[in-house]
Amino acid sequence: MSVKTSLLALAAAAGLIGAAQAETIAITHAKIVTLGSAGQIDNGTIIVKDGRIAAVGANLAVPAGARTIDAQGHMVTPGVVASNTSLGAGEVEGESSSDDFAGATDQLSAAFDVSLGVNPASMLIPIARMGGVTRAVITPELPGRGDKKGEKLFAGQAAIIDLSGGANSITKRYAALTIDAGTDAAAHLGGTHGGLLQRLEADLEEAASYGANKGGYEHGTHRPYSLSKEDLEALQPILQGKEPLLIEVHRAADIRRVIDLGKRLKLKLILNGVEEGWMVAGDIAASGYPVLLDPQADLPSQFESLNSRMENAGLLAAAGVTIVVIPPYTGHYARQVRYNAGYAVAHGLPWETGIAAITRNPAQIFGFGEKEGRIEPGLDADLVVWSGDPLEMLTVPLHVLIKGEEQPMTSRAQDLARRYGALDPNQPPAYRH
Amino acid sequence: MRHSLSAVSLAAAVALLSACATVPSQSVADQTSSGGKDQAKEKSYPGLDPATDSDPFPTTYRALPSQTVALVGATIFTGTGARIDNGTVILDGGKITAVGANLPVPAGAKVVDARGKFVTPGIIDAHSHLGVYATPEVWANSDGNEATDPNTAQVWAEHSVWPQDPGFIRALEGGITTLEILPGSANLFGGRAVILKNVPGRTVEDMKFPGAPYGLKMACGENPKRVYGSKGRSPSTRMGNIYGYRKSWIDAQEYRRKWDEYHKKMADYKAGKGDKAPDAPKRDLQLDTLAGVLDGSILVQNHCYRADEMANMIAISHEFGFHISMFHHGSEAYKIADILKKEDICVATWGEWWGFKMEGFDGIEENAALLQKAGVCTVIHSDDAILTQHLPQEAAIALAAGRRAGIEIDEAEAIKWVTANPAKSIGVLDKTGTLEPGKMADVVLWSADPFSVYALTEQVYVDGAVVFDRHDPTRQPLSDFELGQAGPAHPGARP
Repeated sequence: MSVKTSLLALAAAAGLIGAAQAETIAITHAKIVTLGSAGQIDNGTIIVKDGRIAAVGANLAVPAGARTIDAQGHMVTPGVVASNTSLGAGEVEGESSSDDFAGATDQLSAAFDVSLGVNPASMLIPIARMGGVTRAVITPELPGRGDKKGEKLFAGQAAIIDLSGGANSITKRYAALTIDAGTDAAAHLGGTHGGLLQRLEADLEEAASYGANKGGYEHGTHRPYSLSKEDLEALQPILQGKEPLLIEVHRAADIRRVIDLGKRLKLKLILNGVEEGWMVAGDIAASGYPVLLDPQADLPSQFESLNSRMENAGLLAAAGVTIVVIPPYTGHYARQVRYNAGYAVAHGLPWETGIAAITRNPAQIFGFGEKEGRIEPGLDADLVVWSGDPLEMLTVPLHVLIKGEEQPMTSRAQDLARRYGALDPNQPPAYRH
Repeated sequence: MRHSLSAVSLAAAVALLSACATVPSQSVADQTSSGGKDQAKEKSYPGLDPATDSDPFPTTYRALPSQTVALVGATIFTGTGARIDNGTVILDGGKITAVGANLPVPAGAKVVDARGKFVTPGIIDAHSHLGVYATPEVWANSDGNEATDPNTAQVWAEHSVWPQDPGFIRALEGGITTLEILPGSANLFGGRAVILKNVPGRTVEDMKFPGAPYGLKMACGENPKRVYGSKGRSPSTRMGNIYGYRKSWIDAQEYRRKWDEYHKKMADYKAGKGDKAPDAPKRDLQLDTLAGVLDGSILVQNHCYRADEMANMIAISHEFGFHISMFHHGSEAYKIADILKKEDICVATWGEWWGFKMEGFDGIEENAALLQKAGVCTVIHSDDAILTQHLPQEAAIALAAGRRAGIEIDEAEAIKWVTANPAKSIGVLDKTGTLEPGKMADVVLWSADPFSVYALTEQVYVDGAVVFDRHDPTRQPLSDFELGQAGPAHPGARP
């Protein structure tokens, strides 16, 4: 890597580069997948100014003073969104001391805000960025992973971050409240899927009671509540349908019950997991609820997901369900999300829907669609120039822009590869950096 | 829970009793004694001498019926490093009989139009826990770690394999024709690994790869020290790990010495030297396995992430005189690629898994390419029931990272990471792993370049028989467990 790139990396890591210094960039000769009204533009130009997309089109003049990135006919898409990940809130999966995503307590369950633990300088962020990921939906997880989850129902509040590494990386807090309604979580709340849903409904009813009688709460003239004030408050926007409830659910029958609950209480649900969704695709489509799914999940891993199959994404999309493709949860794997979209395409999802499932759809569903997810004027310039089809393993990003800033194409992994790629017999590798 | 456990115990006890009751006493009588002073009086006690009882669970694998097949017009990656465009592969009598461009099609052969498609050797996953950690992932199916002692070299993974694990068939649909099934990594010595042909079987013996050697699973680092440290036992540290290995190898050498002495004395006795037959040492199943490694008949398969720990394991192999066949996971192998090359040790790793624990934190996507560049026998493995379905694609991730780092490796070479090289590391390269005449006809026909995310297997052949065909529902196996379920049996599920 050149000195310039290294300095760029250093500056980015130190948060020195901000939108204020953003240069004007023209990406020319690009095959642009806008995911907006302009569709696909075969030989187009994107003008980036002040961190935003200023213009997109086939015959645009490059503004004076703009730096040109010649895409040489390569494809440009919106930056990839990794949804349902711990990226930025944990360094080593097996070392809980390095985790900031599993924080729910008896006091802070619905109210636990994962954004406050996000570290923009995480070593994982440049690695995900090298894979074309520019934003992430950070979802908290119940603590303890297994037998210590206790009685907590909600994992907490999801947040949206960008992957610039800068100090102002938080795009949105309270993007969704996350809850696991599957076997894992149920095991710690009495052991049944039904009991968990009863508990959810009871907690929401309690929060509604609180919301209708806040004065009584302040004066101590309310009925006994099992939830903390923080949690009761955090549930208000859920009850009002202002904030989505991201609910993990797998079995066809459970999906129907969750949809029924959502409709009765007028909740804004996002369904997560949904391996048996294809069996109730019509119900999901009629509900209007979007779905997060991992297209690789094709094994009967649990009794709640016996009918898992690779065609799930394609069948749901064909029924009219809005799909978001997710990577494996742990942040180290965020970059896998584009391959997951590729596997869904291999099994029936239309290609452009596959791209939308990792760009436009998550941006819209998690409430940052006016900033990201399409290549249209006015949106943040999160853009990736790819060496080929973005869903292919043999394709790599050539240029990654976040909020109009070109990102350094290096990470600690590349540093290690360089350090050990050519050993010096006379000097330990520790002197090469 | 208590009730169901009691029921299980009862059932096990009944099974044990009935097994005891049906052991035929004639098995003793059937044994023919091999000479000696007093043949008439010499009794035989089968099972006491490891040298006469080296294969107590013999394979019952039989290739499925096949016909002569010509795959014509494909792009072929042979697994020997060659790429043949518009090529033909002939399968006859369960073997590959010819590979090349412009080959004549034998009379009577079934011709498969493979134009625009790709053909590779059957994909080999050298690190699988299918069957021993079967799906669904319930307690009852968790049979991969005998985590009761840091040395369980005496247990054999094949005795935990559930042949009805739906994962086997998913892997088959991903082109996997040969698997090494390993015990888990809780222990320093996890037990014997078994090589399987990925064909549906009623018993694990129906799947056992004929003539394949056993492996011994060993594990470095965090897992053994965590599992036993948390029980207040040794090892609780990496230095405790090393002590545990060395102590066991000393025991194994001592065991070998005793048996060698016994066999020598017995030979002398049978030759008329001495009046009294020597007493045989007591057979020990744990030491049998370790002695098999020292004799070179069992291949060491060593789970090890960190470079410095691999170096320690190599030193131990020198101390006791054995060879490590492969380091598995090997996240930091790129740091000592020169040493691994010199030692002729293969490395199995992933394309991009990393960071799931501290010892994997320096795992990089360039690992495989750096190893390949250094001349190390490089393998991409799965360790996972999902990943095993996409092994060439995982190799593609490693290939792309290498190219990005300026290491040019062509696809014909990279296909070896999931074919010839794993075959070498598990001891079956003389039988499978490449498309060469005389080898088992383990072959995959792909819809597209196997390094593409869109590539699907169209046909999978094992020993020349079609064991999976995406377009023929009669050649799509289904495990007992999935019989009658809507998902796998749905008419659209297998397009």
